Amino acid sequence: MNQKVLLTKQDIDSILHRLACQLIEKHHNFSESVIIGLQPRGVYLANRIKNILENEYQIKNIDLGFLDITFFRDDFRRNEKSIEASETQIDFLVENKNVIFIDDVIFTGRSVASALNAIQSFGRPKTIELLTLIDRKFCRHLPIQPDYSGKSIDATITDKVKVYWKENADEDQVFLITN
Amino acid sequence: MSQLSVNHLLGIKYLTPDDIDLILETAKHFKEVINRPIKKVPSLRDITIANIFFENSTRTKLSFELAQKRLSADVISFSAAQSSVKKGETLIDTVNNILAMKVDMVVMRHAHAGAAHFLSQNVNATIINAGDGAHEHPTQALLDSFTIKEKLGSVAGKKVVIVGDILHSRVALSNIFALQMQGAEVRVCGPKTLIPKHIDSLNVKVETNLRKALEWCDVANMLRVQNERLDVSYFPSTREYAMQYGLTKELLDSLNKEIVIMHPGPINRGVEITSDIADSKQSVILEQVENGVAVRMAVIYLLASKIK
Repeated sequence: MNQKVLLTKQDIDSILHRLACQLIEKHHNFSESVIIGLQPRGVYLANRIKNILENEYQIKNIDLGFLDITFFRDDFRRNEKSIEASETQIDFLVENKNVIFIDDVIFTGRSVASALNAIQSFGRPKTIELLTLIDRKFCRHLPIQPDYSGKSIDATITDKVKVYWKENADEDQVFLITN
Repeated sequence: MSQLSVNHLLGIKYLTPDDIDLILETAKHFKEVINRPIKKVPSLRDITIANIFFENSTRTKLSFELAQKRLSADVISFSAAQSSVKKGETLIDTVNNILAMKVDMVVMRHAHAGAAHFLSQNVNATIINAGDGAHEHPTQALLDSFTIKEKLGSVAGKKVVIVGDILHSRVALSNIFALQMQGAEVRVCGPKTLIPKHIDSLNVKVETNLRKALEWCDVANMLRVQNERLDVSYFPSTREYAMQYGLTKELLDSLNKEIVIMHPGPINRGVEITSDIADSKQSVILEQVENGVAVRMAVIYLLASKIK
């Protein structure tokens, strides 16, 4: 097994600032836009992006929610994935809003497809976009692409991408693990 | 990955404390789901469930049906009164005929203790016991625990008294198992004639004085007098029962603390509990009903995940 650093702490820091600026370009003061972190791992990234927007670009009162897709998965009973849910917390209306989904890695696209179904329970958004830190190209099962991506990588289906945040590990880092 | 240790829900006594934790934790998420503008998830869209009720039921049957529909399962329901059971068909034949229509899960209520267990050994489907005689009513106990947890933060360390007809109550037995498994202390209170002989073997103390029981407890679960099961007279009159074991506002106000009042329904207002108590802030009776849907969704979802 081979482990390679894909992104260092400094890389992640500059990528998050770049992603925040790209969001501002499109969503301005976020009055019509909301951020939804996809549980469980998109939550860290969503919180980080929100903090940068608020503290460094003075955009206040951004609506941030967390969406769990466990009950919307298309592989229930079909594999050994966890059936345990995480918390969904969306305390605002998404009806007619521009929703930005945030997740750490996009791989097959199935989680995002489930999220597209799950968010309908909270209303009909005007638009939905996707922001990810890592885009694993050539692994998609569905025609879903991120609108904002920190880094695109070419990885085979058996490779693993591990994202660590200082909130749950020592420091921010992304690794590519190959066999 | 966490999974239930069982393939059927036949009774609380077959569960582990981890199973109960997993069910209550999952139910918390389903409670959030059923408070969304759109209260439905697609998890069970390829599962068919039959609700077979050989005994009357309103809220349990509705609650199960709603839970199944919120999970997108296909649901068929039938009551014994309209079935071939009346024509002499056996339980196994009845259920196997239903299963031949490609049903994956059976929710059954039956007048005989052990009916759900018997079925689980003899038919090829996931079985959920929705009440079997005076034996167990596991989903009621789970929703009661969920409600206590929601109201008081935890079940562990709490003192719960179950008041009324313990002898004929499947709710009492399931609650005793569930509460003790989670670290609560349980007592029962009622006329001696309605307390089972071997209650001591369950490590449950008996209190025949309602006031003393209430002074001791954090939660009082008031059971209905099951007139339909009383084959002989267990107390002189309903009026006398109400005077001895009925919960009134005066009695509750005279305690120097606030306790949580539960009731599995249906209520005999003015017998085990007065109307002003049933509708008071201390009563969590309607929360129990709401939580019943979330808890049943959790049970069905977790058991369905094991169907291959």
